[in-house]
Amino acid sequence: MTAKTQLLKVSDTGIRFGGLKAVAGVNLELKKGELVGLIGPNGAGKTTFFNLLTGVYVPTEGTIELDGEKLNGLQPYKITKKGISRTFQNIRLFDELSVLDNVKVAYHSLVNHSMLSSIFRLPSHFSGEREMEEKAIEFLKIFNLDQYMHEKAKNLPYGQKRRLEIARALAAKPKLLLLDEPAAGMNPQETEELMNLIALIRNKFELSILLIEHDMLLVMGVCERIYVLDHGQLIAEGNPEQIRNNPKVIEAYLGEEVS
Amino acid sequence: MAVNIFKNARGFWTSIVLAVIFGVIMQFLITGGTLNAFYVNTLFFIGINIILAVSLHLIIGITGQFSIGHAGFLAVGAYASAIITMKLQLPFWLGIMTGGVAAAIAGLIIGIPTLRLKGDYLAIATLGFGEIVRIVFLNMDYVGGASGMTVSHLTTWPWLFGCVLLTILVIVNFTNSTYGRACISIRENEIAADAMGINTTYYKVTAFVIGSFFAGIAGALYAHNFYIIQPTNFGFLKSFDILIFVVLGGLGSMSGAMIAAIFLTIISTFLQSYPEVRMVIYSLVLIIMMIYRPQGLLGTREITSFLKAGKSAKGGVNSDSKNTVA
Repeated sequence: MTAKTQLLKVSDTGIRFGGLKAVAGVNLELKKGELVGLIGPNGAGKTTFFNLLTGVYVPTEGTIELDGEKLNGLQPYKITKKGISRTFQNIRLFDELSVLDNVKVAYHSLVNHSMLSSIFRLPSHFSGEREMEEKAIEFLKIFNLDQYMHEKAKNLPYGQKRRLEIARALAAKPKLLLLDEPAAGMNPQETEELMNLIALIRNKFELSILLIEHDMLLVMGVCERIYVLDHGQLIAEGNPEQIRNNPKVIEAYLGEEVS
Repeated sequence: MAVNIFKNARGFWTSIVLAVIFGVIMQFLITGGTLNAFYVNTLFFIGINIILAVSLHLIIGITGQFSIGHAGFLAVGAYASAIITMKLQLPFWLGIMTGGVAAAIAGLIIGIPTLRLKGDYLAIATLGFGEIVRIVFLNMDYVGGASGMTVSHLTTWPWLFGCVLLTILVIVNFTNSTYGRACISIRENEIAADAMGINTTYYKVTAFVIGSFFAGIAGALYAHNFYIIQPTNFGFLKSFDILIFVVLGGLGSMSGAMIAAIFLTIISTFLQSYPEVRMVIYSLVLIIMMIYRPQGLLGTREITSFLKAGKSAKGGVNSDSKNTVA
Protein backbone atom coordinates (compact mmCIF):
# COMPACT_ATOMS: atom_id res chain seq x y z
CA MET A 1 0.00 0.00 0.00
CA THR A 2 1.68 3.20 -1.11
CA ALA A 3 1.15 6.39 0.82
CA LYS A 4 -0.57 7.85 -2.19
CA THR A 5 -3.70 5.83 -1.87
CA GLN A 6 -3.93 6.21 1.88
CA LEU A 7 -6.58 8.66 3.06
CA LEU A 8 -7.04 8.34 6.80
CA LYS A 9 -4.42 7.26 9.26
CA VAL A 10 -5.29 6.94 12.91
CA SER A 11 -2.39 5.97 15.15
CA ASP A 12 -2.59 4.99 18.81
CA THR A 13 -5.52 7.30 19.31
CA GLY A 14 -7.62 7.37 22.42
CA ILE A 15 -9.49 9.56 24.85
CA ARG A 16 -9.95 9.51 28.58
CA PHE A 17 -12.85 11.02 30.44
CA GLY A 18 -11.33 11.40 33.89
CA GLY A 19 -10.30 7.89 34.85
CA LEU A 20 -12.36 6.22 32.15
CA LYS A 21 -10.59 5.18 28.99
CA ALA A 22 -13.41 5.40 26.46
CA VAL A 23 -11.19 4.67 23.48
CA ALA A 24 -7.56 3.59 23.71
CA GLY A 25 -4.75 2.83 21.32
CA VAL A 26 -6.77 2.59 18.15
CA ASN A 27 -4.81 2.09 14.94
CA LEU A 28 -6.88 2.36 11.82
CA GLU A 29 -6.17 3.05 8.18
CA LEU A 30 -8.42 3.83 5.30
CA LYS A 31 -7.52 3.94 1.63
CA LYS A 32 -9.13 6.12 -0.97
CA GLY A 33 -12.36 4.67 -2.24
CA GLU A 34 -12.58 2.05 0.47
CA LEU A 35 -15.74 1.12 2.34
CA VAL A 36 -14.89 0.01 5.83
CA GLY A 37 -17.16 -1.09 8.65
CA LEU A 38 -16.71 -0.45 12.35
CA ILE A 39 -18.68 -2.79 14.57
CA GLY A 40 -18.76 -3.64 18.22
CA PRO A 41 -21.17 -4.28 21.08
CA ASN A 42 -23.10 -1.42 22.68
CA GLY A 43 -20.86 0.95 24.60
CA ALA A 44 -17.73 -0.22 22.81
CA GLY A 45 -16.79 3.37 21.93
CA LYS A 46 -17.75 3.48 18.28
CA THR A 47 -19.56 6.79 18.36
CA THR A 48 -16.88 8.23 20.64
CA PHE A 49 -14.38 7.26 17.99
CA PHE A 50 -16.42 9.14 15.37
CA ASN A 51 -16.48 12.13 17.68
CA LEU A 52 -12.70 11.96 17.86
CA LEU A 53 -12.42 11.89 14.08
CA THR A 54 -14.78 14.85 13.64
CA GLY A 55 -13.27 17.00 16.37
CA VAL A 56 -16.19 16.93 18.80
CA TYR A 57 -13.70 15.46 21.27
CA VAL A 58 -10.00 16.15 21.20
CA PRO A 59 -7.98 12.94 21.52
CA THR A 60 -5.89 12.75 24.66
CA GLU A 61 -3.41 10.44 22.96
CA GLY A 62 -2.29 9.57 19.44
CA THR A 63 -2.70 11.34 16.12
CA ILE A 64 -5.30 11.46 13.38
CA GLU A 65 -4.20 12.31 9.85
CA LEU A 66 -6.27 12.91 6.76
CA ASP A 67 -4.33 12.98 3.50
CA GLY A 68 -1.15 13.53 5.53
CA GLU A 69 -2.61 16.49 7.44
CA LYS A 70 -2.89 16.30 11.18
CA LEU A 71 -6.41 16.87 12.45
CA ASN A 72 -5.84 16.75 16.22
CA GLY A 73 -7.31 19.74 18.04
CA LEU A 74 -9.00 21.29 15.03
CA GLN A 75 -12.52 22.53 15.57
CA PRO A 76 -15.29 20.41 14.01
CA TYR A 77 -16.15 22.91 11.29
CA LYS A 78 -12.52 23.05 10.18
CA ILE A 79 -12.34 19.27 10.02
CA THR A 80 -15.47 19.28 7.85
CA LYS A 81 -13.75 21.71 5.51
CA LYS A 82 -10.72 19.43 5.38
CA GLY A 83 -12.99 16.68 4.11
CA ILE A 84 -14.61 14.60 6.82
CA SER A 85 -18.38 14.68 6.95
CA ARG A 86 -20.74 12.64 9.04
CA THR A 87 -24.26 11.60 9.88
CA PHE A 88 -25.52 11.06 13.40
CA GLN A 89 -26.85 8.04 15.24
CA ASN A 90 -29.88 10.02 16.36
CA ILE A 91 -30.82 12.08 13.32
CA ARG A 92 -29.81 15.70 13.55
CA LEU A 93 -31.49 17.61 10.76
CA PHE A 94 -32.35 21.29 10.80
CA ASP A 95 -36.00 20.53 11.49
CA GLU A 96 -37.57 23.91 10.79
CA LEU A 97 -35.63 24.41 7.56
CA SER A 98 -36.84 22.99 4.27
CA VAL A 99 -35.18 19.96 2.74
CA LEU A 100 -33.58 22.24 0.18
CA ASP A 101 -32.25 24.62 2.82
CA ASN A 102 -30.79 21.72 4.78
CA VAL A 103 -28.60 20.94 1.80
CA LYS A 104 -27.83 24.62 1.22
CA VAL A 105 -26.43 24.90 4.74
CA ALA A 106 -23.86 22.29 3.78
CA TYR A 107 -22.88 24.45 0.80
CA HIS A 108 -22.38 27.45 3.03
CA SER A 109 -18.62 27.15 3.31
CA LEU A 110 -18.37 27.21 -0.51
CA VAL A 111 -20.14 30.55 -1.07
CA ASN A 112 -18.38 33.41 -2.79
CA HIS A 113 -20.65 36.35 -2.07
CA SER A 114 -19.88 38.34 1.05
CA MET A 115 -22.16 39.07 3.96
CA LEU A 116 -22.38 42.72 2.93
CA SER A 117 -23.49 41.80 -0.58
CA SER A 118 -26.31 39.80 0.99
CA ILE A 119 -27.33 42.57 3.37
CA PHE A 120 -27.43 45.16 0.60
CA ARG A 121 -28.75 42.72 -1.99
CA LEU A 122 -25.97 43.30 -4.49
CA PRO A 123 -26.04 41.33 -7.76
CA SER A 124 -23.43 38.89 -6.45
CA HIS A 125 -25.91 37.88 -3.74
CA PHE A 126 -28.55 36.92 -6.28
CA SER A 127 -26.17 35.04 -8.54
CA GLY A 128 -24.54 33.30 -5.58
CA GLU A 129 -27.84 32.21 -4.08
CA ARG A 130 -29.16 31.11 -7.46
CA GLU A 131 -26.12 29.01 -8.16
CA MET A 132 -26.43 27.46 -4.71
CA GLU A 133 -30.10 26.68 -5.23
CA GLU A 134 -29.52 25.08 -8.63
CA LYS A 135 -26.73 22.96 -7.23
CA ALA A 136 -28.83 21.89 -4.25
CA ILE A 137 -31.77 20.90 -6.45
CA GLU A 138 -29.53 18.88 -8.77
CA PHE A 139 -28.12 17.23 -5.70
CA LEU A 140 -31.50 16.33 -4.24
CA LYS A 141 -32.48 14.74 -7.55
CA ILE A 142 -29.68 12.20 -7.17
CA PHE A 143 -31.26 11.11 -3.90
CA ASN A 144 -34.84 11.25 -5.15
CA LEU A 145 -35.56 13.88 -2.55
CA ASP A 146 -36.40 16.69 -4.96
CA GLN A 147 -40.11 15.95 -4.63
CA TYR A 148 -39.87 16.94 -0.96
CA MET A 149 -37.60 19.93 -1.39
CA HIS A 150 -39.98 22.57 -0.03
CA GLU A 151 -41.15 20.35 2.81
CA LYS A 152 -39.86 21.08 6.30
CA ALA A 153 -37.26 18.49 7.25
CA LYS A 154 -39.19 17.51 10.38
CA ASN A 155 -42.16 16.45 8.26
CA LEU A 156 -40.29 13.79 6.31
CA PRO A 157 -40.86 10.09 7.00
CA TYR A 158 -38.11 8.40 8.98
CA GLY A 159 -36.37 6.67 6.10
CA GLN A 160 -36.29 9.87 4.06
CA LYS A 161 -34.82 11.73 7.01
CA ARG A 162 -31.92 9.31 7.08
CA ARG A 163 -31.57 9.75 3.35
CA LEU A 164 -31.55 13.52 3.67
CA GLU A 165 -28.96 13.39 6.41
CA ILE A 166 -26.67 11.36 4.19
CA ALA A 167 -27.33 13.71 1.28
CA ARG A 168 -26.55 16.72 3.45
CA ALA A 169 -23.31 15.16 4.63
CA LEU A 170 -22.31 14.47 1.03
CA ALA A 171 -23.14 18.01 -0.06
CA ALA A 172 -20.24 19.21 2.07
CA LYS A 173 -18.00 17.44 -0.47
CA PRO A 174 -16.20 15.09 1.88
CA LYS A 175 -13.26 12.85 1.07
CA LEU A 176 -14.35 10.61 3.91
CA LEU A 177 -17.95 10.00 4.88
CA LEU A 178 -18.74 8.70 8.35
CA LEU A 179 -22.10 6.98 8.73
CA ASP A 180 -23.22 6.37 12.29
CA GLU A 181 -25.75 3.53 12.29
CA PRO A 182 -27.56 4.59 9.13
CA ALA A 183 -29.87 1.58 9.25
CA ALA A 184 -30.96 2.03 12.87
CA GLY A 185 -34.72 1.75 13.16
CA MET A 186 -35.23 0.78 9.54
CA ASN A 187 -37.29 -2.12 8.31
CA PRO A 188 -35.68 -4.72 5.99
CA GLN A 189 -37.00 -3.02 2.88
CA GLU A 190 -35.66 0.37 3.93
CA THR A 191 -32.34 -1.23 4.82
CA GLU A 192 -32.13 -2.66 1.34
CA GLU A 193 -32.83 0.75 -0.15
CA LEU A 194 -30.07 2.11 2.05
CA MET A 195 -27.65 -0.53 0.75
CA ASN A 196 -28.50 0.54 -2.78
CA LEU A 197 -27.99 4.14 -1.79
CA ILE A 198 -24.56 3.42 -0.37
CA ALA A 199 -23.64 1.60 -3.56
CA LEU A 200 -24.88 4.61 -5.54
CA ILE A 201 -22.83 7.00 -3.46
CA ARG A 202 -19.70 4.97 -4.04
CA ASN A 203 -20.21 5.00 -7.79
CA LYS A 204 -21.22 8.61 -8.05
CA PHE A 205 -18.85 10.31 -5.63
CA GLU A 206 -15.25 9.36 -5.24
CA LEU A 207 -14.90 8.92 -1.53
CA SER A 208 -14.18 6.55 1.29
CA ILE A 209 -16.84 5.51 3.75
CA LEU A 210 -16.49 4.43 7.35
CA LEU A 211 -19.66 2.85 8.61
CA ILE A 212 -20.85 2.04 12.12
CA GLU A 213 -23.64 -0.47 12.01
CA HIS A 214 -25.38 -3.11 14.06
CA ASP A 215 -27.19 -4.65 11.13
CA MET A 216 -24.79 -7.46 10.28
CA LEU A 217 -26.52 -8.18 7.00
CA LEU A 218 -25.70 -4.66 5.89
CA VAL A 219 -22.16 -4.63 7.22
CA MET A 220 -21.23 -8.01 5.82
CA GLY A 221 -22.97 -7.13 2.59
CA VAL A 222 -21.30 -3.87 1.70
CA CYS A 223 -18.04 -3.51 3.63
CA GLU A 224 -14.71 -4.58 2.20
CA ARG A 225 -12.97 -4.57 5.52
CA ILE A 226 -14.25 -4.50 9.06
CA TYR A 227 -12.76 -3.28 12.30
CA VAL A 228 -14.16 -4.57 15.58
CA LEU A 229 -14.10 -2.39 18.67
CA ASP A 230 -14.74 -3.66 22.17
CA HIS A 231 -14.24 -1.82 25.47
CA GLY A 232 -12.58 1.02 23.56
CA GLN A 233 -9.97 -1.19 21.92
CA LEU A 234 -9.67 -2.75 18.51
CA ILE A 235 -9.90 -6.48 18.86
CA ALA A 236 -10.00 -7.56 15.24
CA GLU A 237 -9.59 -6.43 11.69
CA GLY A 238 -10.23 -8.22 8.42
CA ASN A 239 -12.63 -8.97 5.62
CA PRO A 240 -16.18 -10.00 6.48
CA GLU A 241 -15.37 -13.69 6.26
CA GLN A 242 -12.45 -13.40 8.68
CA ILE A 243 -14.49 -11.34 11.11
CA ARG A 244 -17.36 -13.78 11.08
CA ASN A 245 -15.07 -16.59 12.18
CA ASN A 246 -12.88 -14.66 14.57
CA PRO A 247 -13.24 -16.20 18.04
CA LYS A 248 -12.50 -12.90 19.78
CA VAL A 249 -15.35 -11.21 17.96
CA ILE A 250 -17.76 -13.99 18.76
CA GLU A 251 -16.68 -13.74 22.38
CA ALA A 252 -17.24 -9.99 22.46
CA TYR A 253 -20.72 -10.35 21.09
CA LEU A 254 -21.89 -13.57 22.69
CA GLY A 255 -19.68 -14.00 25.73
CA GLU A 256 -17.10 -16.65 26.53
CA GLU A 257 -17.77 -20.24 25.71
CA VAL A 258 -18.49 -22.35 28.76
CA SER A 259 -16.03 -25.20 28.90
CA MET B 1 -35.58 29.24 -10.38
CA ALA B 2 -33.91 32.23 -11.94
CA VAL B 3 -37.31 33.80 -12.50
CA ASN B 4 -38.14 33.17 -8.89
CA ILE B 5 -35.15 35.10 -7.67
CA PHE B 6 -35.88 38.02 -9.99
CA LYS B 7 -39.36 38.06 -8.58
CA ASN B 8 -37.86 38.21 -5.11
CA ALA B 9 -35.66 41.12 -6.13
CA ARG B 10 -38.70 42.91 -7.53
CA GLY B 11 -40.71 42.22 -4.38
CA PHE B 12 -37.83 43.61 -2.38
CA TRP B 13 -37.83 46.92 -4.27
CA THR B 14 -41.63 47.19 -4.26
CA SER B 15 -41.73 46.85 -0.52
CA ILE B 16 -39.08 49.54 -0.12
CA VAL B 17 -41.01 51.92 -2.35
CA LEU B 18 -44.25 51.23 -0.46
CA ALA B 19 -42.53 51.78 2.86
CA VAL B 20 -41.05 55.08 1.70
CA ILE B 21 -44.46 56.26 0.49
CA PHE B 22 -45.88 55.37 3.91
CA GLY B 23 -43.07 57.31 5.59
CA VAL B 24 -43.68 60.40 3.45
CA ILE B 25 -47.41 60.33 4.14
CA MET B 26 -46.78 60.09 7.86
CA GLN B 27 -44.36 62.99 7.64
CA PHE B 28 -47.10 65.14 6.08
CA LEU B 29 -49.59 64.04 8.71
CA ILE B 30 -47.17 64.97 11.49
CA THR B 31 -46.03 68.32 10.10
CA GLY B 32 -49.57 69.16 9.00
CA GLY B 33 -50.76 68.66 12.57
CA THR B 34 -53.35 65.99 11.73
CA LEU B 35 -51.82 63.74 14.37
CA ASN B 36 -51.75 65.26 17.82
CA ALA B 37 -48.70 65.13 20.05
CA PHE B 38 -49.95 62.09 21.94
CA TYR B 39 -50.24 59.99 18.80
CA VAL B 40 -46.92 61.22 17.47
CA ASN B 41 -45.28 60.29 20.72
CA THR B 42 -46.84 56.84 20.64
CA LEU B 43 -45.67 56.48 17.06
CA PHE B 44 -42.12 57.29 18.07
CA PHE B 45 -42.29 54.76 20.89
CA ILE B 46 -43.54 52.15 18.47
CA GLY B 47 -40.70 52.87 16.07
CA ILE B 48 -38.03 52.56 18.74
CA ASN B 49 -39.59 49.40 20.11
CA ILE B 50 -39.75 47.87 16.64
CA ILE B 51 -36.03 48.42 16.22
CA LEU B 52 -35.41 46.82 19.61
CA ALA B 53 -37.72 43.90 18.94
CA VAL B 54 -36.27 43.18 15.50
CA SER B 55 -32.68 43.43 16.70
CA LEU B 56 -33.33 41.03 19.58
CA HIS B 57 -35.24 38.76 17.22
CA LEU B 58 -32.04 38.25 15.24
CA ILE B 59 -30.25 37.08 18.38
CA ILE B 60 -32.99 34.99 20.00
CA GLY B 61 -35.39 34.08 17.22
CA ILE B 62 -32.93 33.42 14.42
CA THR B 63 -29.69 32.38 16.09
CA GLY B 64 -31.35 30.88 19.16
CA GLN B 65 -29.10 32.58 21.71
CA PHE B 66 -31.17 33.49 24.72
CA SER B 67 -29.89 36.95 25.60
CA ILE B 68 -31.76 39.04 28.15
CA GLY B 69 -29.48 42.03 28.53
CA HIS B 70 -30.70 43.98 25.54
CA ALA B 71 -31.40 47.11 27.60
CA GLY B 72 -27.66 47.23 28.26
CA PHE B 73 -26.98 47.84 24.56
CA LEU B 74 -29.83 50.32 24.48
CA ALA B 75 -28.15 52.19 27.34
CA VAL B 76 -24.72 52.13 25.70
CA GLY B 77 -26.22 53.53 22.49
CA ALA B 78 -28.23 56.16 24.35
CA TYR B 79 -25.33 57.46 26.43
CA ALA B 80 -22.76 57.28 23.62
CA SER B 81 -24.97 59.30 21.30
CA ALA B 82 -25.90 61.77 24.03
CA ILE B 83 -22.21 62.38 24.75
CA ILE B 84 -21.62 63.07 21.06
CA THR B 85 -24.47 65.53 20.65
CA MET B 86 -24.57 67.17 24.10
CA LYS B 87 -21.01 67.10 25.41
CA LEU B 88 -19.18 67.35 22.11
CA GLN B 89 -21.84 69.34 20.25
CA LEU B 90 -21.52 67.17 17.15
CA PRO B 91 -24.38 66.53 14.71
CA PHE B 92 -27.18 64.04 15.40
CA TRP B 93 -26.35 61.63 12.57
CA LEU B 94 -22.91 61.17 14.06
CA GLY B 95 -24.58 60.52 17.41
CA ILE B 96 -26.73 57.78 15.90
CA MET B 97 -23.75 56.16 14.22
CA THR B 98 -21.67 56.37 17.38
CA GLY B 99 -24.51 54.90 19.42
CA GLY B 100 -24.73 51.93 17.06
CA VAL B 101 -21.00 51.40 16.84
CA ALA B 102 -20.47 51.72 20.61
CA ALA B 103 -23.20 49.15 21.27
CA ALA B 104 -21.76 46.86 18.59
CA ILE B 105 -18.34 47.05 20.22
CA ALA B 106 -19.95 46.28 23.58
CA GLY B 107 -21.71 43.36 21.90
CA LEU B 108 -18.45 42.06 20.52
CA ILE B 109 -16.69 42.30 23.87
CA ILE B 110 -19.56 40.61 25.70
CA GLY B 111 -20.36 38.14 22.93
CA ILE B 112 -16.99 36.48 22.49
CA PRO B 113 -16.72 35.07 26.02
CA THR B 114 -20.42 34.58 26.79
CA LEU B 115 -21.63 32.98 23.56
CA ARG B 116 -19.71 29.85 24.49
CA LEU B 117 -22.30 29.44 27.20
CA LYS B 118 -25.63 27.83 26.50
CA GLY B 119 -29.21 28.32 27.61
CA ASP B 120 -29.57 29.47 31.21
CA TYR B 121 -25.92 30.36 31.59
CA LEU B 122 -25.99 32.71 28.63
CA ALA B 123 -29.18 34.28 29.95
CA ILE B 124 -27.60 34.91 33.35
CA ALA B 125 -24.40 36.28 31.83
CA THR B 126 -26.26 38.72 29.57
CA LEU B 127 -28.55 39.74 32.41
CA GLY B 128 -25.44 40.50 34.43
CA PHE B 129 -24.04 42.56 31.59
CA GLY B 130 -27.19 44.68 31.46
CA GLU B 131 -26.95 45.39 35.17
CA ILE B 132 -23.24 46.20 34.97
CA VAL B 133 -23.90 48.78 32.26
CA ARG B 134 -26.62 50.38 34.35
CA ILE B 135 -24.42 50.53 37.45
CA VAL B 136 -21.51 51.95 35.49
CA PHE B 137 -23.63 54.82 34.17
CA LEU B 138 -25.10 55.30 37.61
CA ASN B 139 -21.64 55.95 39.02
CA MET B 140 -20.26 57.99 36.17
CA ASP B 141 -20.34 61.67 37.03
CA TYR B 142 -19.46 62.67 33.48
CA VAL B 143 -22.93 61.56 32.34
CA GLY B 144 -24.75 62.87 35.40
CA GLY B 145 -24.87 59.73 37.55
CA ALA B 146 -28.24 58.91 39.05
CA SER B 147 -29.81 62.25 38.20
CA GLY B 148 -29.22 61.56 34.53
CA MET B 149 -28.25 63.63 31.56
CA THR B 150 -30.32 66.22 29.75
CA VAL B 151 -30.59 65.61 26.05
CA SER B 152 -32.14 67.85 23.46
CA HIS B 153 -35.07 66.55 21.44
CA LEU B 154 -33.55 65.73 18.07
CA THR B 155 -35.37 62.54 17.08
CA THR B 156 -37.64 63.43 14.19
CA TRP B 157 -39.89 61.24 12.11
CA PRO B 158 -37.53 61.01 9.08
CA TRP B 159 -34.64 59.89 11.29
CA LEU B 160 -36.79 57.42 13.15
CA PHE B 161 -38.47 56.03 10.07
CA GLY B 162 -35.16 55.78 8.22
CA CYS B 163 -33.63 53.82 11.07
CA VAL B 164 -36.61 51.49 11.41
CA LEU B 165 -36.53 50.81 7.69
CA LEU B 166 -32.78 50.24 7.69
CA THR B 167 -33.01 47.85 10.64
CA ILE B 168 -35.76 45.81 9.04
CA LEU B 169 -34.03 45.70 5.67
CA VAL B 170 -30.67 44.65 7.03
CA ILE B 171 -32.11 41.98 9.27
CA VAL B 172 -34.52 40.59 6.67
CA ASN B 173 -31.78 40.49 4.06
CA PHE B 174 -29.35 38.92 6.46
CA THR B 175 -31.89 36.29 7.50
CA ASN B 176 -32.84 35.38 3.96
CA SER B 177 -29.34 34.68 2.81
CA THR B 178 -26.87 31.90 3.28
CA TYR B 179 -25.57 33.72 6.36
CA GLY B 180 -29.00 33.78 7.93
CA ARG B 181 -29.40 30.10 7.12
CA ALA B 182 -26.15 29.43 8.91
CA CYS B 183 -27.56 31.21 11.98
CA ILE B 184 -30.83 29.27 11.80
CA SER B 185 -28.93 26.01 11.50
CA ILE B 186 -27.21 26.90 14.78
CA ARG B 187 -30.59 27.47 16.38
CA GLU B 188 -31.93 24.20 15.01
CA ASN B 189 -29.00 21.98 15.89
CA GLU B 190 -25.67 23.39 16.87
CA ILE B 191 -23.78 20.11 16.71
CA ALA B 192 -25.04 19.36 13.23
CA ALA B 193 -24.29 22.92 12.09
CA ASP B 194 -20.74 22.48 13.30
CA ALA B 195 -20.49 19.16 11.49
CA MET B 196 -21.69 20.84 8.28
CA GLY B 197 -18.76 23.24 8.32
CA ILE B 198 -20.49 26.23 9.92
CA ASN B 199 -18.21 28.22 12.20
CA THR B 200 -20.80 28.41 14.96
CA THR B 201 -18.97 30.80 17.30
CA TYR B 202 -18.35 33.24 14.45
CA TYR B 203 -21.99 33.37 13.40
CA LYS B 204 -23.29 33.60 16.95
CA VAL B 205 -21.02 36.56 17.59
CA THR B 206 -21.93 38.13 14.24
CA ALA B 207 -25.64 37.94 14.96
CA PHE B 208 -25.03 39.28 18.45
CA VAL B 209 -23.00 42.23 17.14
CA ILE B 210 -25.54 43.12 14.45
CA GLY B 211 -28.31 42.89 17.05
CA SER B 212 -26.42 45.12 19.49
CA PHE B 213 -25.61 47.62 16.75
CA PHE B 214 -29.29 48.22 16.07
CA ALA B 215 -30.11 48.26 19.77
CA GLY B 216 -27.53 51.03 20.02
CA ILE B 217 -29.22 52.95 17.22
CA ALA B 218 -32.51 52.53 19.04
CA GLY B 219 -30.74 53.89 22.11
CA ALA B 220 -29.65 57.01 20.23
CA LEU B 221 -33.21 57.64 19.04
CA TYR B 222 -34.56 56.88 22.50
CA ALA B 223 -32.18 59.33 24.20
CA HIS B 224 -33.03 62.15 21.82
CA ASN B 225 -36.74 61.53 22.06
CA PHE B 226 -36.87 62.34 25.78
CA TYR B 227 -35.36 65.34 27.36
CA ILE B 228 -33.47 63.32 29.91
CA ILE B 229 -31.91 59.88 30.18
CA GLN B 230 -31.31 58.16 33.49
CA PRO B 231 -29.74 54.80 34.33
CA THR B 232 -33.07 53.67 35.80
CA ASN B 233 -34.60 53.74 32.30
CA PHE B 234 -32.35 50.84 31.37
CA GLY B 235 -32.95 48.35 34.16
CA PHE B 236 -33.61 44.68 33.60
CA LEU B 237 -37.36 45.37 33.32
CA LYS B 238 -36.60 47.18 30.09
CA SER B 239 -34.73 44.10 28.86
CA PHE B 240 -37.74 41.99 29.71
CA ASP B 241 -40.04 44.35 27.85
CA ILE B 242 -37.99 43.77 24.71
CA LEU B 243 -37.80 40.04 25.35
CA ILE B 244 -41.58 39.91 25.64
CA PHE B 245 -42.00 41.46 22.17
CA VAL B 246 -39.92 38.67 20.69
CA VAL B 247 -41.49 35.83 22.66
CA LEU B 248 -45.04 37.05 22.28
CA GLY B 249 -44.65 37.57 18.55
CA GLY B 250 -43.36 34.05 18.12
CA LEU B 251 -39.71 33.05 18.39
CA GLY B 252 -38.32 33.08 14.88
CA SER B 253 -40.92 35.38 13.36
CA MET B 254 -39.79 38.92 12.63
CA SER B 255 -43.18 40.21 11.66
CA GLY B 256 -44.53 38.60 14.82
CA ALA B 257 -42.02 40.52 16.92
CA MET B 258 -42.98 43.75 15.13
CA ILE B 259 -46.68 43.18 15.63
CA ALA B 260 -46.12 42.42 19.30
CA ALA B 261 -44.00 45.56 19.65
CA ILE B 262 -46.74 47.71 18.09
CA PHE B 263 -49.53 46.04 20.05
CA LEU B 264 -47.85 46.14 23.45
CA THR B 265 -46.59 49.69 23.00
CA ILE B 266 -50.11 50.85 22.27
CA ILE B 267 -51.50 48.93 25.26
CA SER B 268 -48.94 50.31 27.66
CA THR B 269 -49.32 53.88 26.37
CA PHE B 270 -53.07 53.83 26.80
CA LEU B 271 -52.76 52.30 30.24
CA GLN B 272 -50.16 54.79 31.37
CA SER B 273 -52.68 56.73 33.41
CA TYR B 274 -53.55 53.57 35.37
CA PRO B 275 -50.14 52.26 36.41
CA GLU B 276 -51.57 49.64 38.84
CA VAL B 277 -53.85 48.08 36.24
CA ARG B 278 -51.21 48.26 33.56
CA MET B 279 -48.97 45.52 34.94
CA VAL B 280 -51.98 43.34 35.72
CA ILE B 281 -53.31 43.55 32.19
CA TYR B 282 -49.84 43.07 30.79
CA SER B 283 -49.35 39.90 32.80
CA LEU B 284 -52.83 38.64 31.95
CA VAL B 285 -52.15 39.03 28.23
CA LEU B 286 -48.96 37.04 28.64
CA ILE B 287 -50.54 34.29 30.71
CA ILE B 288 -53.41 33.87 28.28
CA MET B 289 -50.92 33.82 25.45
CA MET B 290 -48.78 31.14 27.09
CA ILE B 291 -51.82 28.94 27.67
CA TYR B 292 -53.53 29.25 24.31
CA ARG B 293 -50.69 30.02 21.97
CA PRO B 294 -47.35 29.03 23.50
CA GLN B 295 -45.58 29.37 20.15
CA GLY B 296 -46.38 33.09 20.07
CA LEU B 297 -48.62 35.15 17.80
CA LEU B 298 -47.23 33.91 14.52
CA GLY B 299 -45.15 30.94 15.63
CA THR B 300 -42.12 30.75 13.39
CA ARG B 301 -43.99 31.96 10.33
CA GLU B 302 -43.90 35.40 8.77
CA ILE B 303 -46.95 37.45 7.98
CA THR B 304 -46.08 37.30 4.27
CA SER B 305 -46.52 33.53 4.36
CA PHE B 306 -50.15 33.98 5.39
CA LEU B 307 -50.69 36.35 2.47
CA LYS B 308 -49.05 33.90 0.10
CA ALA B 309 -51.08 31.01 1.49
CA GLY B 310 -54.22 33.03 0.79
CA LYS B 311 -53.10 33.71 -2.76
CA SER B 312 -52.17 30.14 -3.52
CA ALA B 313 -55.54 28.93 -2.27
CA LYS B 314 -57.11 31.09 -4.94
CA GLY B 315 -54.51 30.61 -7.65
CA GLY B 316 -54.04 26.92 -7.03
CA VAL B 317 -50.25 27.06 -7.21
CA ASN B 318 -48.55 26.21 -3.99
CA SER B 319 -45.88 28.83 -3.59
CA ASP B 320 -45.52 28.49 0.14
CA SER B 321 -41.94 27.51 -0.36
CA LYS B 322 -39.72 30.30 0.81
CA ASN B 323 -41.19 30.59 4.23
CA THR B 324 -39.29 28.03 6.12
CA VAL B 325 -36.40 30.44 6.48
CA ALA B 326 -37.21 32.43 9.58
